[in-house]
Amino acid sequence: MTFYSATFLQDPDFIRALYIVAFVCFILGLHFLNNPRTARRGNGIAAVGMAIALVATLLIEEVGDYGLIALGIAIGTAVGVPAARNVKMTAMPQMVALFNGVGGGAVALISWAEYRHDLSLGGNPDLDVLIPLLFAAIVGSISFWGSNIAFGKLQEILPGRPIQVPGQQFVNMGLLLVCVVSAVVIASGTESQPLFILILVCAAVLGNMFVLPIGGADMPVVISLLNAFTGLSAAAAGLALDNVALIVAGMLVGASGSILTHLMAEAMNRSIPNIVAGGFGGVAVAAGAGEGEEARPVRSTDPADVAIQLAYARKVVVAPGYGMAVAQAQHTVHELTRELEKRGVDVAFAIHPVAGRMPGHMNVLLAEADVPYEQLKEMDEINPEFPQTDVALVIGANDVTNPAAREQENSPIYGMPILDVDKADAVIVLKRSMNTGFAGIDNPLFYLDNTSLLFGDAKDSVAKVLKEVEAL
Amino acid sequence: MDLLTELTILVLAAFVGFEVISKVPNTLHTPLMSATNAIHGIVLLGGILLIGQVDGFVNKLILVIAIAFGTINVVGGFLVTDRMLEMFKRKPDPRREERS
Repeated sequence: MTFYSATFLQDPDFIRALYIVAFVCFILGLHFLNNPRTARRGNGIAAVGMAIALVATLLIEEVGDYGLIALGIAIGTAVGVPAARNVKMTAMPQMVALFNGVGGGAVALISWAEYRHDLSLGGNPDLDVLIPLLFAAIVGSISFWGSNIAFGKLQEILPGRPIQVPGQQFVNMGLLLVCVVSAVVIASGTESQPLFILILVCAAVLGNMFVLPIGGADMPVVISLLNAFTGLSAAAAGLALDNVALIVAGMLVGASGSILTHLMAEAMNRSIPNIVAGGFGGVAVAAGAGEGEEARPVRSTDPADVAIQLAYARKVVVAPGYGMAVAQAQHTVHELTRELEKRGVDVAFAIHPVAGRMPGHMNVLLAEADVPYEQLKEMDEINPEFPQTDVALVIGANDVTNPAAREQENSPIYGMPILDVDKADAVIVLKRSMNTGFAGIDNPLFYLDNTSLLFGDAKDSVAKVLKEVEAL
Repeated sequence: MDLLTELTILVLAAFVGFEVISKVPNTLHTPLMSATNAIHGIVLLGGILLIGQVDGFVNKLILVIAIAFGTINVVGGFLVTDRMLEMFKRKPDPRREERS
């Protein structure tokens, strides 16, 4: 009986059937993720699909060494679960970058091990295995190192501004050329592990060089692009290992990730080639430095003054940005808006699609602070309302409110859709200092006649304003 | 499976991937990226498939690391996505909450 059931479970057709169930879960999961109401269920369904695919794979007859498998999974769980549980909402983007990186790393390592294994069996594998294997090694390695740099930049271990090396493009082309030529040499019959390692190393350097010159503001798009890369490399690894689960899941991610990258870039009015070329940063820094020297006057204000302006306004629109996220000010902000509403002020939140470090960043934070969903207005919906707004309260948002995007054709962010806060009767900007935003561009908004600035940590400032409002 | 069948599956999966993400609201870009990110952690299965077949300490070590990496990708990815999406849940109607 046990023997019978064991063979039944290990039947390749049974395993393939389980894989099909897993694919259905992945596709349904992604589908549900298109709608805010079903999104969480979608994620759960995809996770179930993954569990099914994992169990099915463990049943495959050739799979052995369960002790080591358990060890690997145990280490991964011990690292991954606490990391995912404890990460702050504000640090979410870099966490995603890191998780993406280890995925790419896994692909690169697996292809390396597979190549070593083939060599020990007597030589290069057939081309239908070797070519996807080489592809997986190159792309996986790029993805691993690129994601780590993205993590470093978002975590501010590395400077967010673009880091450029002279002749960058040529160096990158050279590195890619070395990868491809070495791959062709291996594919045409050379059996050499050192050459394979050279490919991994060159791809690693290329991954670093590719992300380093990209400005921080473009990082979400880059992470999404690397995410698609990892998906493609996983699909390639699937071709090499003759495993259909890897092929399907990897390709699903490769395709949906590419679309998502495109959508994100579109929301920022940036083209992907442009981002990859790293043009944003170079120009941006120059423009920022040039205008900074003029040291134009700004008007600073104090919490009591802000409180009066807010409390006696009819309509206030809050435009939050990354500054609110780092200061964890969302709860205090909500308290302030509730206090204003009690006084009959009409309050709305203007959500720029890429405010913060990732699309949807602000929605997540404000939802966490219990701000009603109806108060969150998307950019296209709120922009026509600014001329009728008495006070626009900008909390730690910079680039997404920069009128240069509308007016200065030579500005690196020219053409990016922005929140038209400058059209409100009065603009109050809460800011830590006069530093430029993540994109490194000066913001003419600060120098407008109807703008006043309240310097300080966003949470601190909002709390002070709240106190003053309550005292009125 | 022969190469052509595998390539067919590959191409079809690409189209499904394109189609399923056609009109997603901005708000969901981040969770969606994070969820697809978790799904490519499926490379973990590649490590599992190989580890029993290879010999030698170095190969086994490489693959244990690969499996650990893949697991971090899968487990961490799905958990982080879930935490993000938890924020989107509808606030229950206060009156109904009182009754239940």
